[in-house]
Amino acid sequence: MSALLEVEGLVKRFPVGGGAAGWRSMAGRFGIGSAGAPARPMLHAVDGVGFAIGRGETIGLVGESGCGKSTLVRLLTRLIDPTEGSIRFGDTDIGAIPAAQFGRSPDRARLQMVFQDATDSLNPRFTASDAIADPIRRLKPGLGGAALRRRVGELADLVGLPQTLLGRYPHQLSGGQKARVGIARAIAVDPELLILDEPTSALDVSVQVVILRLLEDLKQRLGMSYLFVSHDLNVVRLLCDRVLVMYLGKIVESGPAQAVFEAPAHPYTRALVSAIPTADRERQARRVHLAGEQRSPIDPDPAICRFYGRCPRGADLCRTAMPVLTPLAGEGARAVACHFPEPAPL
Amino acid sequence: MAGQAGAVLADAAAAVPLLSVEELSVDFRTREGTVRALERVGFTVGRGETVGIVGESGSGKSVTAYALMGILDEAGQVTHGSAMFGGLNLLAAPERDLQRIRGRELSMIFQSPRTALNPIRAVGKQLEDVLLRHGNLRARDARDRAIELLAQVKIPDPKRRYAAYPFELSGGMCQRIMIALALACSPALLIADEPTTGLDVTTQAVIMDLIRELAADHGMATVLITHDLGLASEYCDRIVVMHAGHVVETAPMAVLFDAPRHPYTAKLIAATPHFGGALHTLAAIGGSLPDLRGALPPCRYATRCERRIEVCDQPPLSRDWIAADHLVACANPL
Repeated sequence: MSALLEVEGLVKRFPVGGGAAGWRSMAGRFGIGSAGAPARPMLHAVDGVGFAIGRGETIGLVGESGCGKSTLVRLLTRLIDPTEGSIRFGDTDIGAIPAAQFGRSPDRARLQMVFQDATDSLNPRFTASDAIADPIRRLKPGLGGAALRRRVGELADLVGLPQTLLGRYPHQLSGGQKARVGIARAIAVDPELLILDEPTSALDVSVQVVILRLLEDLKQRLGMSYLFVSHDLNVVRLLCDRVLVMYLGKIVESGPAQAVFEAPAHPYTRALVSAIPTADRERQARRVHLAGEQRSPIDPDPAICRFYGRCPRGADLCRTAMPVLTPLAGEGARAVACHFPEPAPL
Repeated sequence: MAGQAGAVLADAAAAVPLLSVEELSVDFRTREGTVRALERVGFTVGRGETVGIVGESGSGKSVTAYALMGILDEAGQVTHGSAMFGGLNLLAAPERDLQRIRGRELSMIFQSPRTALNPIRAVGKQLEDVLLRHGNLRARDARDRAIELLAQVKIPDPKRRYAAYPFELSGGMCQRIMIALALACSPALLIADEPTTGLDVTTQAVIMDLIRELAADHGMATVLITHDLGLASEYCDRIVVMHAGHVVETAPMAVLFDAPRHPYTAKLIAATPHFGGALHTLAAIGGSLPDLRGALPPCRYATRCERRIEVCDQPPLSRDWIAADHLVACANPL
């Protein structure tokens, strides 16, 4: 499987705090003697992330809020610029194209996104038809008039949205119908990679099943790759071939979804998987409880494992050397960033 | 501490359920007509018991909670029914009696902690407000008690967090504050409306374990309102399934999941992704909730149901106790 997207050493840091630091930055901007001043505190949102997505592959991205999932997604969709690192998409390093210009780049059409909240992400003054036609108008300007209307109709059929609803505004559509519009809009320009940010979290289970099936079906028919971001691990497991687990800006574990969920190796993944609610009393009893709070993402010590302090293990080595993502012995497809990986069933 | 749960409840016999809701109906008047949000909803909650109310959005889970707390929107009106809570009918009691009970014997945790907390008051002060209103504490003891309560919900460094504002705390921390507020006076019954929606799965486990632990310590009963069947299956003794304003089935947790009798319950279970399941084994639920305005068939699930027979369209809705603790509202059960 040739890689469609290859990310290497991706870093995004945000400056934080105002006060003196804010003034220093201001001074720096106007070129007034900021030399020698201590650096501004930085929030390390994404810290040296690397992975690849093959053609036709579905990758799940999981992790708790604040782990950097959304920042990573915004970097990949080129809504914000990376601090360091490369994002190779096909033959181009799209990471080098400034975000402000990416909207007009031909690569924009190849990489599309389905947003978390179908209600908030649709323009309330656009009908379903306008919403679906908008990206085509912007990115495939050759298509217009009757041809455009025909294409919108085709897309509606593809996502199972009755064509009679195309004239409706978002507030006249149900949650499931809005989700379909969001998907139709994203696939309108024939993307090769679709990034889905919690596409079903706002939906009832009855509708969720239908949308998940639709996504699976579209993938088969159109041959797209998916990056599926979710914190519902049961849903990730249903749809994904491989899974990436993030914790505080770093990937701590990656591998085939089946293997990772059945025998998680990183202590954080173990806690995450064991936290899935279950009626099984034995599984409940084996639950891994995390103590303490997340470490601060602001100027973290590069020598201390990010999970140190919450990790049930927490050995001396863990606060003197940052573990790097290394292939798990005997299992080439899996990698874990832990000094003491423990790939055992829960 | 546990003993103070209720002057009102003191003389209630042990066999009588803590809360007994019967035939609760609620209508909402809107410009587009009257919405029959709840119709003859009934269930009981025993002392120390955890009862889950599950169903899709629009099924009436939250409206039930709001009606019991007496905090329905002005457009909403209880048109029928009773809710006996230790000798007091919550639906007919004067506001003065409700104010005495709410927060002291009957408490509620809301869905989004950040919006439910007062954004411009330190969280410790918000706790003190509840304590001073209900707790018979002197003002100078309230601060210590508030810090104790923060420690009880496992907030690290409670002395410092006492002065924190909601925006300075994470979602999980805010939910712990909500729990501390709700449990400040050791209520006999806690209504938790989607207490972990929007929280991470690891935080969800911490919050739910905390509620379970505190409930066990204080002998408190819990009504857990959730759309997550997985969550309900882990934490509840008994489950009430709602659909379009009706209770369609009530049964002990294990019975409900192993052998659901109402077609809707079965569909809901089959649609829920579970650990180890596959996409092709999940079944969708056909159709959608009926419009709750205007004329409705006796069974509100009939239009979506594959087991509909002639009797289904003839009122009244069939309600059968097929076991002492198992109610099914279906004329043609599984």
